[in-house]
Amino acid sequence: MTATAAMPTAPPTAAGDGAHALALLRDMVRIRRLEERCADLYQAEKIRGFLHLYIGEEAVAVGVMQALAADDAVVATYREHGHALARGVSARRIMAEMFGRSTGCSGGRGGSMHLFDAATRFYGGNAIVGGGLPLAVGLALADRMQGRDRVTACFFGDGAVAEGEFHEALNLAAVWRLPVLFCCENNLYAMGTALDRAQAETNLALKAASYRIPAWTVDGMDVEATEHAARTASEAVRAGEGPHLLEFRTYRFRAHSMFDPELYRSREEVEEWKARCPIATFEGRLRQRGLLTDEQAQEIERAASAEVDDAVAFADGAPLEDVATLTRHVYSEAASP
Amino acid sequence: MTALALERAAPGAAGTVRMTYRDAMREAIRAAMHTDTRVFLMGEDVGRYGGCYAVSKGLLEEFGPERIRDTPLSESTFVGAGIGAALGGMRPIVEVMTVNFSLLALDQIMNTAATLLHMSGGQFNVPLVIRMATGAGRQLAAQHSHSLEGLYAHIPGLKVLAPATVADARGMLATALDDPDPVVIFEHALLYNLEQEIAADAGPVPIDRAAVRRAGTDATLITFGGMLGRTLDAADQLAAAGTRAEVIDLRTLRPLDMDTVLASVRKTHRAVIVDEEWRSGSLSAEISARIMEGAFYELDAPVGRVCGAEVPMPYARHMEQAALPQVPQIVDAVRATVGG
Repeated sequence: MTATAAMPTAPPTAAGDGAHALALLRDMVRIRRLEERCADLYQAEKIRGFLHLYIGEEAVAVGVMQALAADDAVVATYREHGHALARGVSARRIMAEMFGRSTGCSGGRGGSMHLFDAATRFYGGNAIVGGGLPLAVGLALADRMQGRDRVTACFFGDGAVAEGEFHEALNLAAVWRLPVLFCCENNLYAMGTALDRAQAETNLALKAASYRIPAWTVDGMDVEATEHAARTASEAVRAGEGPHLLEFRTYRFRAHSMFDPELYRSREEVEEWKARCPIATFEGRLRQRGLLTDEQAQEIERAASAEVDDAVAFADGAPLEDVATLTRHVYSEAASP
Repeated sequence: MTALALERAAPGAAGTVRMTYRDAMREAIRAAMHTDTRVFLMGEDVGRYGGCYAVSKGLLEEFGPERIRDTPLSESTFVGAGIGAALGGMRPIVEVMTVNFSLLALDQIMNTAATLLHMSGGQFNVPLVIRMATGAGRQLAAQHSHSLEGLYAHIPGLKVLAPATVADARGMLATALDDPDPVVIFEHALLYNLEQEIAADAGPVPIDRAAVRRAGTDATLITFGGMLGRTLDAADQLAAAGTRAEVIDLRTLRPLDMDTVLASVRKTHRAVIVDEEWRSGSLSAEISARIMEGAFYELDAPVGRVCGAEVPMPYARHMEQAALPQVPQIVDAVRATVGG
């Protein structure tokens, strides 16, 4: 199958039972509330450096994570708070990292763009656009050579498609038939450069065809569609059918980073996409199906809010790394630097 | 840290064998692959072609295509894949055809391999070995001939090795593969045909110290890699004229074993650095600065340097040779130091 073939459409009850549907909604709300608080904390100068919010794109990370097993690997970008949280990294450790504290998930040495977590095989947090793709190919190669049927999910944006590494990595993964699930989060802008100003071919899934990689375009604003696509593709990857690519059409509602006056897109366009908010639309759908009550919706909001409050309190009270350890982790401890 | 003893063939019980640098490197790869099933080799033309410099000749037949992997011409991605495979529990040896091509992978080497451990707060170390040919002398002109060791030695998180002897070609790889962090090995293209006697049972050697290749009292010559041979030749000429120069082979370019260098300078009070790199910002500049910092009052003369000319490497043989440090220049530099 290629981009020209239609992805089997998600059955109307793709989210399965009500409990699973609520879990999808809960994860999207958790990401949204965590990041809204991040924006406030940035204004309050508790979080510094670059901060890239995922708000609007939550359905992609949440949907894809459903398809991954505990020992699969995730490689993400610098816009990765949502991926980390959906993968199971605690809000406490994510927030502490953004506060630059020693109990952060990278010990305060990474920050917003470099969240890492060995326990969930979360390999960052890569702020070189396209830089994560070769890494994912290598992780998959290691699995292949050691006879493990694991999948490596590799997230990247539409901007990465313009990098040479996108083409090199897709080609190598295809030549060696490696178990990589390439997840392109096409939010239509590489920072401020619109897709059609940077790409001669804006159907990004189509590019996979030149590497004979099966690929589909997926509605990235619909968590049931993203989950269904990720499950379908990852099953094929796990079954040894080689790499697959999913192009998720999505949109970030906020600025690229906290320093972006958004001169490159219209307010109307942003509002149009906001009307397709993955949380609001899924919530409405669940209510229609009778799978979500007001009480449940309130409970999800209450729990997310409590989780974020707790994370912020934890981060605020967390210790700073002793500056005497400045040059630690340049080389492994056992070896002499 | 103590300097390695003089490595004039010290035969073990098994006696000595004579072999080339190329064969020693191949034996090192073979031994590592037999010892550890996690070890594999990948790079451009390492398999069917047998390696651009024939280092991996025969390994495909012995180990098969799963472990001797020919890659597409995608330096950035196959080096990055080496990083990923290392994270995934393998022990990759990635061969980059020449140092000039490694610039296509510099992003992965510097922004990922060298940073991951620190960036992740100590969670993800990268046990990766990258081998590459370096240096001039084969009339390969301005895109195949440079010495950029100092560029890599600049980067915290990497270890950088420059085996200059057959024993080191045989012994450094195993130690590098045991290292939990990324190690870059520079193999000077002119050394592949170098033949020396080594112990028949030669094995791993330390990668954290320099070696005194020739003892002396009148001046310290500091060099590495492809320049060791002509530096020793210069020391021979100087000895014939009564100047006893000590020759230090750095072996490891990051971290630098300055203890060995400074101990020698404290003895000879004079130092000349021989470095094939471009002079500006080269390792020779760093070593010179460190001698100043660590032994300024021991010096009887300014530190001397013999470096490559600051020019993209020309093709014509006489021009290429003119761009490289030569024995007469080394001899003159030492004489200027001793006479001054």
